[in-house]
Amino acid sequence: MSAVLTDTATVTPPGRVLLRRQRVRPGKVLLSVLGLVLALVWVFPVYWMMLSAVTPDAILGSVTPSFLPWNFTLSNLESVLTDSGFLNALGMSLMVTGLTIVLVLAFAFFAALAISRWRFRGRKSFILTVLFIQMLPAEGLFIAQYQMMSSLGLLNQVIGISALYVAMLIPFTVWMLRGFVAGVPIELEEAAMVDGLSRPRAFLRITFPLLAPGLIASGVYAFLQAWNEFTTALVILPAESAQTLPIWLRSFLSASANRGINWAEVMAASTLIAVPVIVFFLFVQGRMTSGLVSGAVKG
Amino acid sequence: MATTTTKSVGPDDIAIRRRRKPATPYILLIPAVAALLIGLGYPVYWQVVTSLQEYGLLQQFGAPPVFVGLDNFARVFTDSEVWFVVAKSVAFCLVNAALTVGIGLGLAVLMRAVHSWVRITMQITLLLAWATPLVAAVTVFRWLFDYRTGVVNWLLVQVGADGMGGYNWLGQAWTFFLVASFVVIWMSVPFVAMSIYAGLTQVSEEVLEAARIDGAGPRQILWQIIMPLVRPVIAIVLLLQIIWDLRVFAQIRLLQDAGAPISETNLLGNYIYQLGMGQQSFGGAAAVSLFVLVLTMVLSGPYVRYLMKEDAA
Repeated sequence: MSAVLTDTATVTPPGRVLLRRQRVRPGKVLLSVLGLVLALVWVFPVYWMMLSAVTPDAILGSVTPSFLPWNFTLSNLESVLTDSGFLNALGMSLMVTGLTIVLVLAFAFFAALAISRWRFRGRKSFILTVLFIQMLPAEGLFIAQYQMMSSLGLLNQVIGISALYVAMLIPFTVWMLRGFVAGVPIELEEAAMVDGLSRPRAFLRITFPLLAPGLIASGVYAFLQAWNEFTTALVILPAESAQTLPIWLRSFLSASANRGINWAEVMAASTLIAVPVIVFFLFVQGRMTSGLVSGAVKG
Repeated sequence: MATTTTKSVGPDDIAIRRRRKPATPYILLIPAVAALLIGLGYPVYWQVVTSLQEYGLLQQFGAPPVFVGLDNFARVFTDSEVWFVVAKSVAFCLVNAALTVGIGLGLAVLMRAVHSWVRITMQITLLLAWATPLVAAVTVFRWLFDYRTGVVNWLLVQVGADGMGGYNWLGQAWTFFLVASFVVIWMSVPFVAMSIYAGLTQVSEEVLEAARIDGAGPRQILWQIIMPLVRPVIAIVLLLQIIWDLRVFAQIRLLQDAGAPISETNLLGNYIYQLGMGQQSFGGAAAVSLFVLVLTMVLSGPYVRYLMKEDAA
């Protein structure tokens, strides 16, 4: 987020802003109104989710919807937070996400180091493979992954699903970290070695701290992906006791549908799943945009 | 004297050591390669083998699979249902990718033209939509379009479309895909708009100033100067969008839960799921999966080439 916003601020020269301010242009006012209307349309689903989460279900079911939180209540959120299924899925999601992040960061970091610090035979083919792999859709693989995990006895296991997530996330993470590693000049490390540090110590003391922001951004990215993943989890975690939060939300909605959907609680559950994601997302957004399309307009 | 010798030996020493240790990068790659082989390599291999075998319920219970050559492919790709699913998926993908990029481009251009506080408001709302997890987003859209108490039907009745009271959007195929498109577009436009907008801000002010001095109007500047400069970004996001909109299993599956006609609303991913998990026809499912993988690889070619160019730079 910050990246995009600062870009704007630095690229628009102050002179132009002043010039525009001096005369009110009706075109610009109209466009601004249009922009605000579109912003409202875009944010409405998120607003509606959060509003419904703090509104009693009886009000949501009434003929005329109310668009402001006149009937604010925390009881929906409370009943979700005390739901044993939710807590179980939360635990499962935390374990899967935690294990995935640790393994992805370690493995991808080593690989990023290899491809950005060394020129070796096979380097190009490794990068090419990784870039293609990153595009493979879960839909094209989940039947085979199900068969594999089922024959290994790893269905419904944290290890099984995490192994698949690690493989799914390594390519993009390697690609992202490669940029960070390449950004730290090797001369810094060599200078430290000249001053008497051993190579491992020079790496740990000089290079590693400079890579911390990259590792954090990649870690958050891995968190978002593993936390939100639905398709593979649906296939690999069929047991109710092994559900992660996205799968649990789906069955919570289905269970609710049997006795007339309690949208207030469903929206409370959606909100609880979405809020950590939204918070973390705002931290890494700039990195993610530039990771996918950076350089397209350079020069 | 002593210091100068160490200094001159230092970098050389490192260079030699690096040349002498060509094994290090390979060792560093081992964990990543192993993880990729286990999580993706073996499944792809299994898929290739199984697509050439009779592999169904019997095999699930221990009968040895029989090699049948290309029978699965022949059976699957002479099935008109499969081609109907492929056609629906491709149409859904292309229409949504085009609309997403079109709307995203419009928003990006609009963000340039408005007051800065309006632009920041737009950016924040787009980020919120982008950040919303897929499952939560689809669930919210089910609630918005709920036929009993959904706010969309209520609004439509308010503006005079009385027939829309209690209209069941997810109950029939074409309005089902309409809602699915709303979700997909709502979720993907922010990435497109932000990327193109970031591209727009890179267009240098000198170039625009020069065009203005030469007498170009705002419209000419937009179409003759800015658009050609951001065309690479637009091409990349369009390509990514096409690839991503082919993989909408989760969105479709979650919307189908509302009681949609399953076979009419299945897209490729859902069809594979039904074939494999539902009918236990693993040979057929493997054949269709391979088709999806190959299609994705072909589409990804230009994107990968573009990223490789960046690596070389």
